[in-house]
Formats: sequence, structure tokens, C-alpha cells
Amino acid sequence: MPKPEHYVAPFDENEMAEVDKIKLDEKPSNLWRDAWRSLRRRPLFYISLAAVFVILLMALFPTLFTDVAPDKDCFLVDSNGGPTEGHPMGFTRLGCDVYARVVWGARTSLAVGLLATLISGVLGVIMGALAGFYGGWVDSVLSRLGDIFFSIPYILAAVVIMTTFSDYRNVLTLAFAIGGFAWASLARILRSEILRVKSGDFVMASTATGRTKFGTLISHVLPNSITPVIVYLTLSLGGAIVAEATLSFLGVGLGPDVMSWGNDISAAQTSIRTAPMTLIWPSIFLTVTVLAFITLGELVRDALDPKARARG
Amino acid sequence: MLMYVVRRLLQAVPVVIGTTFLIYFMVFSMPGDPILAMFGDKTPSPAVYDALAAQYHLDQPFIVQYGLYMKDLFTGNLGTTFSGEDVGTVLARTFPVTLKLAAMAITFEFITAVVLGLFAGLRKGKLFDNITLVIGLILMSVPIFVLCFIAQYFVAIKWGWASPTVGADTSFSNMLLPAIVLALSLFTTSMRLMRGTVIDTRSRDWVRTAYAKGLPARRVIPVHVLRNSLIPVVTNSAANFGVLMVGATVTEGIFNIPGVGNTLYQAIVRGEGPTVVSFVTVMVLAYVAINILVDLLYAVLDPRIRYA
Repeated sequence: MPKPEHYVAPFDENEMAEVDKIKLDEKPSNLWRDAWRSLRRRPLFYISLAAVFVILLMALFPTLFTDVAPDKDCFLVDSNGGPTEGHPMGFTRLGCDVYARVVWGARTSLAVGLLATLISGVLGVIMGALAGFYGGWVDSVLSRLGDIFFSIPYILAAVVIMTTFSDYRNVLTLAFAIGGFAWASLARILRSEILRVKSGDFVMASTATGRTKFGTLISHVLPNSITPVIVYLTLSLGGAIVAEATLSFLGVGLGPDVMSWGNDISAAQTSIRTAPMTLIWPSIFLTVTVLAFITLGELVRDALDPKARARG
Repeated sequence: MLMYVVRRLLQAVPVVIGTTFLIYFMVFSMPGDPILAMFGDKTPSPAVYDALAAQYHLDQPFIVQYGLYMKDLFTGNLGTTFSGEDVGTVLARTFPVTLKLAAMAITFEFITAVVLGLFAGLRKGKLFDNITLVIGLILMSVPIFVLCFIAQYFVAIKWGWASPTVGADTSFSNMLLPAIVLALSLFTTSMRLMRGTVIDTRSRDWVRTAYAKGLPARRVIPVHVLRNSLIPVVTNSAANFGVLMVGATVTEGIFNIPGVGNTLYQAIVRGEGPTVVSFVTVMVLAYVAINILVDLLYAVLDPRIRYA
């Protein structure tokens, strides 16, 4: 019996070609894997990552970069001197090595920046998660509280705190002064994200299996709404570093004995006419650090946003 | 509309009470003597100490202190600065200068953002777009005081195009450099907003219709694309105005512009705690007020916002 003849499309004309291309045994793709795939094609990603790595290394092991003491062996003979052998960036007004001070200053910036971001992150996540997930009066109270903190520009708040706490100027108080007022916008972001996520079926499923409300929040809702938080925190790390430098520059930071880029810029401003480079070098390091963190945050945000990826 | 205005104003009441209470709380409920703490290493003379204790009603319980402080605040009794001047008088003198500087900076910021954002949006992914994106990113990362010093050193000192400090002469040409610096530090967000909106607007039906009618691009772009993309940038620039009224502190200090920010800057640098507190309070209130105005402006500009 002859087979009934029917048309079979050649493979490359098959409308199901797109579907056939999907390999079933491949790892299922998720948001982060897609993001990583698009990130690793961006040269800017590697550049900013390298910059962050160098700065981290500088903060952790400054002696890898310089063996000149930054605050000892300063001779006024060298005051505002130009670059010489072994001192590639010249000297400050007090005759200290600019390069060594810049290297050692990275530690202050990063310590305060990371700690302040951590504080604002923890506060923002707690406030935003509780307000978004529990709703009702909890939401009303926490959101109004957030409005209040949101209405005080955090530099001004930090200025007031550091002026009041003039006897206790250390990394911790400075980080609290910056982070303690910067959490409100993060709380808003997380709150709206949780409002979006919490109507999902998996939340109902979790409740149906008898998990407590708080348990559902921790193990299902938060992990599904944490992405914008991570992006925001990377971006605000740059902001916190700027805040530290600005406060040190204003003289309400860590006090003049601590090596910090803000302090060094502040000290160099009196000799801007005679020795501009003592001011410009710490400024460059400060800017590059902030730029690296902000670029990283922007790239990660773009990579995590499928719409932005499609726009190219 | 009236209901919306009233509602928005009522919403501001708890914020105003909350912010002033928070600032007051930070300063005056700390352990130890708040007046001594405000002076840092210095010790105030007994006369100054007594005057401040009376001004802040330190002999009363905390909540009464705060109530009296609020009463003083709203009756215009803002205390005195270190040099003995009334804070209200200082504000009246310095506020117009800050207003002028902020208005100049916002005008520059708005024009730059609209023009660059429009062309970047129209040439999405092209060289111009990428260049403006990178420059914007860099300017966003440079701390404002660094930007001030760079401008001061190169433009004013090295090339001699402007005076490095402004001083008493607050004419337009003299404040040009600081206003441009402020505009540069702010325009990135507005520019990106403009770029995004332009990209979005270009693909709308009415734009396609306009082209289909046979209108040339020189008419479609300004009339159909530009005008419909302006609302977010206008409101963002207006919000930046609030940021500037407050955030020009460092710029005013470095360029020695006799505005509100400079007064605060000098008080911070000299460690004059009471003056810092009075000025920060006033500035936060101004910031809240400007944010309300921005919300109202947004409602006026965008008819889709419901006033209910």
C-alpha cells in the first residue's frame, strides 16, 4: 500500500524552527542569568569592575601601592612641591606625599560609604517590606515616617548630626548620619515592588501550605522583590562616598587627622593657585571611584531590565 | 482642583511637624548639654549660654520646649546668628541672591537637558547619543565641590575668563560661572528623562499620523514630538529647583556668593551650631514648600492627573 503523499516542509522553512532550537536539557534561564549574559558582553562592565577591584585593594592593602608613610616624615621644605622621584604626585602644603595620602584615603571613603549604604539598606528594607507587605495602619505609619525622612535632604541632616555629635566623630557616627537619613527612597521603591509581587499565586500557595505571614515575607516575597533594591544600593554607594567627602570637605566629617579625600581636597583649597595638582589628584580618585560604582549600578540595572535590553 | 490643592497642603502638615520635630529632637534630646555640644571645642561665655538656654526654652520639659520652638518658628522669631544678627533679617538679605542663582542654574539646566536630550533621543544608539550618555554619567559622578574647584581653577584662574569669586557684586555676568557649574551638576537626570520620553513619543501613533499627512520633520519634531515630551523634564527641573535652593550650600561657599547657602556654609565651617540648626530648619521647610509647588505644577501641566 503506497503511503499517502503529503507535503513535508523542509526543516529550515518550518515554523517551529524557533521552538526546536530550544534545548530542553539546558539550564532554565532566569533574570540573573540573562542579566549576566548581557553584562559580560559590555566592555564598560569589565572596566568599572576592574576599577572597583583596584580601589578595594587600595583600601584593604594600601602598602601594596605605596611604602611612603602618608602622615609621617613630612618636611615643610617639600611644601606644595611638584613631583619628584618616588613621589609621583608631588607634596601637600604640609609637605606630605600626595600619592601616599590618596592611596590611604581610599580606606576612609570605602569604609564610610559601605557602612552608610549598609545602614540605609537595612533600614530601607525593613521599613519598605513591612509597609508594603502588611499594609493597613502599619503602611500608613511607616509611609508617613518615610515622608518625613524623605523631606530632609540627607546632607543637611548629616550636617546637623555631625555638628551636634562634634565630640564623637568616628566612622560609625558618620555612617549613621549619612545612612540614617538616606533610607526613605529605598523604602518607597521596595514598598511598591512588594505591592506588585504580593498578589502573585506563589504567595497564596505559601500561605495555603500553612506558612506564617512573616515566613512568607522572608522566604518568598522578599527574594522576589529584592532586585531593584540591589540596583539602588549599588547606585547609592556612589552617593554615600560623595556625602562622606562633602562632609569632610565642610569640616564636619571625620576630623582633620583622618586621611580622607574630602579632607585632603579641603586642605588643598587654600593653595589652589600655587599647587592645583594637590587638589586635583584626590579629586580624580574620588570621581573615578564614584563613577565606577555608578556605572556598575547603571549597567546592572539595564541588564536586569528586559525592556531596556530589548531596546538595545 | 481646589480640593486637590487643599488635600496636598493638608498632607504637608504632618511632614512639616515631623521634620522640625526630628531636627529639634536630634539637637536637643541628646545626652549631655546640647548648648555645649553645639560649640564643640569652644566654650560659650555665660551670657551667650544663658541667651541660648532662654531662646530654646531649656528650662521647660522637652515637649513644651518643642511647642515653644514651633511657635517662635511660625511667628518669624528665628533667633540670632553668632554675630548677633536676626536670622530673619539675614534670610531676607540672602534669599534673593540664592533665588537668582537657582533660577539661572535651572534655566541653563533645562535648556541643555531639552536640547541634548532631544537630539540624543532622535539619534538613539548613534555616536551623539553615546557621547552625551558618557558625559552625563561623568558629570553625575563628579562631586559638586570638585566641579566648583575645577571650574574655578581652569576658567577663572588659568584662563581668566571669569572672576574666581563672586563677592558682593551679584550681577548676571558675575554669577554666570557658578550657575553653569550647578547646571552641569544637575542636567544628567533631566537629559536622560528627555531622551527616554522622546524615544517613547516618536513611536506614538500621532507622530506616525503626522508624518503620514506629509508634514516635514522640521514641523513634526518641534510640534508633535518636542511639546509632548516636555512635561517630565519640566517637573524634574522644578524639583531640581528645590534641590538647588538647599544644595547650593557648597557652591555658594566656594564661590563666595552672599546667599542663604553661603551663610550656612560659613556657619558649618566655623562650627557655629545654633546658626546651623536655624538655617537647616528654614531650608528644610523651604524644600517641603517647593516640593508641594512641584506637585501642583505637575497637576496643572498634565491633565491626566486626577484631582480627586
